[in-house]
Amino acid sequence: MWDYSDKVKEHFFEPRNAGPLEDANGVGDVGSISCGDALRLMLKVEPETDIILDAHFQTFGCGSAIASSSALTEMIKGKTLDEALKVSNQDIADYLDGLPPEKMHCSVMGREALQAAVANYRGEVWSDDHEEGALVCKCFAIDAVLIEDTIRANNLSSVQDVTNYTKAGGGCSSCHEGIEEILVKVMAERGDSFKPGTPAKEEAPPAGMTNLQRIKKIEAVLESVRPQLKRDGGDIELLDVDGKTIYVSMTGACAGCQMEALTLQGIQQKLMEELKEFIKIVPTKAGALSRASCQP
Amino acid sequence: MEGIYFDNNATTRVDEAVVEAMLPYFTEQFGNPSSMHSFGNKVGLAIKKARMQVQELLGAEHDSEIIFTSCGTESDSTAILSALKAQPERKEIITTTVEHPAILTLCAYLEKEGYKVHYLQVDGKGRLNLDEYKKLLTDQVAVVSVMWANNETGTFFPVVEMAELAHAAGAMFHTDAVQAVGKVPLNLKDTKIDMLSVSGHKLHAPKGVGVLYLKRGVRFRPLLRGGHQERGRRAGTENTTSIVGLGKAAEMALEAMAFENTEVKRLRDKLEAGILAKVPSSFVTGNPDDRLPNTSNIAFEYIEGEAILLLLNKFGIAASSGSACTSGSLEPSHVMRAMGIPYTAAHGTVRFSLSRYSTEAEVDRVIAVVPEIIAQLRKLSPYWDGDKPKAEPDKAFAPTYA
Ligand SMILES: Cc1ncc(COP(=O)(O)O)c(C=O)c1O
Repeated sequence: MWDYSDKVKEHFFEPRNAGPLEDANGVGDVGSISCGDALRLMLKVEPETDIILDAHFQTFGCGSAIASSSALTEMIKGKTLDEALKVSNQDIADYLDGLPPEKMHCSVMGREALQAAVANYRGEVWSDDHEEGALVCKCFAIDAVLIEDTIRANNLSSVQDVTNYTKAGGGCSSCHEGIEEILVKVMAERGDSFKPGTPAKEEAPPAGMTNLQRIKKIEAVLESVRPQLKRDGGDIELLDVDGKTIYVSMTGACAGCQMEALTLQGIQQKLMEELKEFIKIVPTKAGALSRASCQP
Repeated sequence: MEGIYFDNNATTRVDEAVVEAMLPYFTEQFGNPSSMHSFGNKVGLAIKKARMQVQELLGAEHDSEIIFTSCGTESDSTAILSALKAQPERKEIITTTVEHPAILTLCAYLEKEGYKVHYLQVDGKGRLNLDEYKKLLTDQVAVVSVMWANNETGTFFPVVEMAELAHAAGAMFHTDAVQAVGKVPLNLKDTKIDMLSVSGHKLHAPKGVGVLYLKRGVRFRPLLRGGHQERGRRAGTENTTSIVGLGKAAEMALEAMAFENTEVKRLRDKLEAGILAKVPSSFVTGNPDDRLPNTSNIAFEYIEGEAILLLLNKFGIAASSGSACTSGSLEPSHVMRAMGIPYTAAHGTVRFSLSRYSTEAEVDRVIAVVPEIIAQLRKLSPYWDGDKPKAEPDKAFAPTYA
């Protein structure tokens, strides 16, 4: 049985705001019936102020799907639409004192439901283009589709590459057979074949750069992205450099972890360009591991 | 522990008499049965007795046809891999779409190794089409592996007849009888079944012990090689305590066979009828006319199984579900999908599996609780309206894939 927090149980056994909402003016239906979790979110929005006066849900789904729907309605009531849209799936999970990684994956649909309901209220049509696959890495909650896409986009050919790019396989390592299978499949698409023992894509750091020069360069890159992060109410700070792994701390509001992952990818790219070597950027702060669970 | 345990297809409680039979073999009788001294000798005799007790339950002709293993999964793997190794010229396997993962995952792996696996389809009630089967039986088939009773629905497959057909075609026949042994009278000596898997923990013996029945004369290649234990067919020092326990459990299962098929069946039927009478939009999955006496699998439409289990658990009732969420996978049970059960019902399937320890009072309690739970969850369901499904439920709620 899943190890649910008391908060999840509370919201499952006594869901808040369940059932139809008579005069809803924004409705979002999202989810996947094949996956077994789908949600209808109903909003009553005050047109003058864009404030969510009331929010209800109906959910076909498991314990965590029901609990996260209930939590979402509680979190967004009284907020304006723009404020509400800042609520991420991770925020919902945090509100519930965490969820098992398998559950993050398909049962937390709050953010999507919210986007769909707001689009409906505004007379737009919302569609979601991100596809999810079977969970491969349980330590970091990385699914098969993300791994496949990453292998394709970056021409990866070893398990270590996949770990460097997605984190998948970086924990207990039991999923390495699964990752190899994906490599075999995707590499076959590009007419290549998977060979165990292929070294990772890392290249040696360019000769001539001292450690100090390297760290200074890293700091310069981080400094260059700070103004933009600060505008969004966030910040980044260099914590440590350990070989090719750069530890940073991310603070403040990030528009959802999806954005954070994107931001980090961007920074990683910049750093690699500057240093002319492969590096890995790791955000460390309490919850850093679970945050990885909602990478796109 | 208090509570109502209706999940006996998952595992069973070890009978007290079984525990008692086992205990001396942890302490006084701790010897290695292979040793020459008297510490070992007594243990060797105890294993011999257990082997005969299992032989009796299976209706096997010889006690040497019983090979003790570590679990049902090991028995399954050993059987299939042995058949392939022993007949390297044959590269095909026939099995069904609704087998336990112990078979299906192995078959998927063997496909990658270059074997051809034929998966027999089932109809809406989980039944096979024997004509389709006959067509596949060629001289390329090394082994047919078909379960005796399905673990989710309890539905039987006609394995005795299918073994005859395989035999006629020169293919070996294996059956995963993990759910059937102890609930169905067996007489293997009168069948053409070559290999059969048993798991101790499904019949009130401990977890981590199993049996592979191997008919005398069937060509065999061991999975584990090493010492001469089990006549060299399964090396490794015997799990003596558990083997002794399994022997005792086999003896008790034989004694309880009639009870399982009368009293346990009566309780199961009462439970099922009681629930169906009170819960709208629910139905039995599998073939109600030909299944295990202890199993009832009911689909509750428009709600999801894990949520049902959590609420049942709150009332102290243990059951299991074929929903995706309970397994952490992305799809509901492959058995339900194979039978063509729609997603909105497949996710809401709940399996109640009784044992000879189940009581009438427990059945009455579950009948009283289930309708409430289902109604409570349907109140949350976007497909449901008052006391019935919405008109055209699939149109009333058609979520955007996210
Ligand atoms: C039909 C079937 N086969 C095989 C197994 C696996 O048995 P074991 O857990 O002893 O490996 C089970 C038990 O879950 C089962 O129901």
